Amino acid sequence: MSALLAADLPYWAQTLLRVLGGIVAVLLPAGTIVYVFLFKMMSFMQSRLGPMEAGPYGSMQLFAEVGKWLQKEDLYPERADKFIFKIAPIVVLTSTFLLVAVVPFGPDAWFTNFEAGVFYALAVSSVSVLGILIAGWASANKYSLLGGLRAAGQLIAYELPMVLAVVGVVIQAGTMNFQNIVVAQNAGSIFGWDGLGNPYILTQFVGFIVFMIAVQAELTQTPFDMPIAESELVSGYMTEYSGFRFLIFFIGEFATAGVFSLIASALFLGGWGVPFSWFGWDSMDSIDNWMNIVGPLIMITKMMLLSGIIMWVRFSYPRFREDQLQRFAWKVLIPVSLVNIMATAILKVAF
Amino acid sequence: MHRGYEKLTEVRTFPQVTALVNRIDWLGSFANEVPFILAAEKLMGVEAPPRAQVIRTILFELSRIANVGLFLGDLGVQLGAVTPVFLAFRDREYVLNLIESATGGRFHPNFDRIGGLKDDLPAGWIDETRAVMKKLRTFCDQMEDLLFGNEIFMARTKGIGVIPREVALQYGLSGANLRASGVDHDLRRDTALPMAWNKADWKVWTHTDGDSFARCWVRLQETRESTLIVEQLLDQIPAGPVMTKVPKIIKVPEGEAWVATENPLGEMGYYVVSKGDLGPFRVKIRSASFNNMSVAPWVLKGVYVPDVITILASLYFILGDLDR
Repeated sequence: MSALLAADLPYWAQTLLRVLGGIVAVLLPAGTIVYVFLFKMMSFMQSRLGPMEAGPYGSMQLFAEVGKWLQKEDLYPERADKFIFKIAPIVVLTSTFLLVAVVPFGPDAWFTNFEAGVFYALAVSSVSVLGILIAGWASANKYSLLGGLRAAGQLIAYELPMVLAVVGVVIQAGTMNFQNIVVAQNAGSIFGWDGLGNPYILTQFVGFIVFMIAVQAELTQTPFDMPIAESELVSGYMTEYSGFRFLIFFIGEFATAGVFSLIASALFLGGWGVPFSWFGWDSMDSIDNWMNIVGPLIMITKMMLLSGIIMWVRFSYPRFREDQLQRFAWKVLIPVSLVNIMATAILKVAF
Repeated sequence: MHRGYEKLTEVRTFPQVTALVNRIDWLGSFANEVPFILAAEKLMGVEAPPRAQVIRTILFELSRIANVGLFLGDLGVQLGAVTPVFLAFRDREYVLNLIESATGGRFHPNFDRIGGLKDDLPAGWIDETRAVMKKLRTFCDQMEDLLFGNEIFMARTKGIGVIPREVALQYGLSGANLRASGVDHDLRRDTALPMAWNKADWKVWTHTDGDSFARCWVRLQETRESTLIVEQLLDQIPAGPVMTKVPKIIKVPEGEAWVATENPLGEMGYYVVSKGDLGPFRVKIRSASFNNMSVAPWVLKGVYVPDVITILASLYFILGDLDR
């Protein structure tokens, strides 16, 4: 693929090739595998029967679920703002796809690779707030509106610790380019020992924890699922959605969990790379071409690991109260991540 | 749908009433039948044979486990944790199967008779029950780890909805709600009924805090205690008949009787007035949920809206029992 892309194709053709190739070769299999994996895990935790019984080893549950949602009628409330109501789930899903655009899967296997990748990722991740807010508003339903507002308040509160947690990584790597952050981790060394590279989960452990907590809140998943608290707000902004629009919200939830796991693994776990010392590489250019095949597999493995943790927390925790949730963000996470940034900056200058 | 039980009993014969009243608290139905039957037996001056008494007690405690086990799962859902309810339904199924194989009815056994029980236990039931009680203790341990050890759960329930001892007594709370406020009161221990609780060695759990956490915690401990009671009683089932001699057509002599038992939700009592007919002249049913919920206006003053859910869930009511 790299030889093909290195040929003098015009930019649009390169991009099209990357997008099509990426969707077919990476995103679809990754989505399916992660979905099946998560559903299996969930069914073992909650003793659900569907993902264990439907089809061989429960593998057909995915089709059963999608089929069920597609059959349902596409209802909308009489007084809803119909256009906005209809595009809201798509806006939420769009944010997910925009996010995946900057995630690198291998030395040449990326959709787009630009300098401000981290900045871009953090910016577009908030587009989903817009989708949720307009979904809540357009439903013409008081529960939906409350849910949408809660979601907006929560996502703004947790956007900050997320950004601050990533700043530590950016300071340490000295770049906002995802590809360079991955290389910096794999080419790095811990006190002169380079057997593992230098994955930032070791040096930025506090940042990693804060980032994962903020991700959990961004995804509005338990214990941060105040916006869709079904015992208080019926289902929040999703109350009025049915059929395939609900399905899109649902897919968006799982897909965003996956994509945030990808970003976290690129930032903290060394991304697609293996420690360069294993094969005697020293820079981007000396990496063998087969990493373009192995890289995505490594990424998918790390993604399953991290989204497994996200789902594990989701299935074992009760939810916060709204005030506890806000207090946790402003009084715990933000100070902790500010201290983390200061410590990182001082150590960076000192060494 | 849930109304008029007291009036409806007046147009039924005594044996027919159990089929009606076990709809009151539908999660632990068998426990609803027992106090009425005991009241009728008291009026007639008969007593169930020892074997029937022990089996009655076992089934009573099984219905408590079925009821409170589901409460623990439902508590999780109210607080946003989905997993406990799946575990609760899974393990409650074992108990319901036991009740079904002994009585023939999963939810509404209608098994208690004046003077004993309808049938004896099926073969192999005792061993099966022992195995299930072990499973349910595992379930209680899981719940303790999953919910009660969780910091968010504690933050949501500790110090929320505190009912002091005096208020609990004034509002006539009963059951786990009363014991969570520090009142050591359990009718299973404190009254002399022709049942078999005194044959087992068990403990009445109380908590001093009186908050939502205490109420849930006491219920969890009671579920575990119930499994222990059942296990001990399984070893002590005496031989003999399950039915004493009663006339084919039951006529209850004139008189009045009050019998109350410690049901899963709290104190449940029947005041039965008989005029010597086939059916009762008047029945007053005291069920736990109404009194337990009457404290809500007091305890809900000035709390956050999300805490209302926690407090109502921890006070624990069954709508059929409340709405009646």
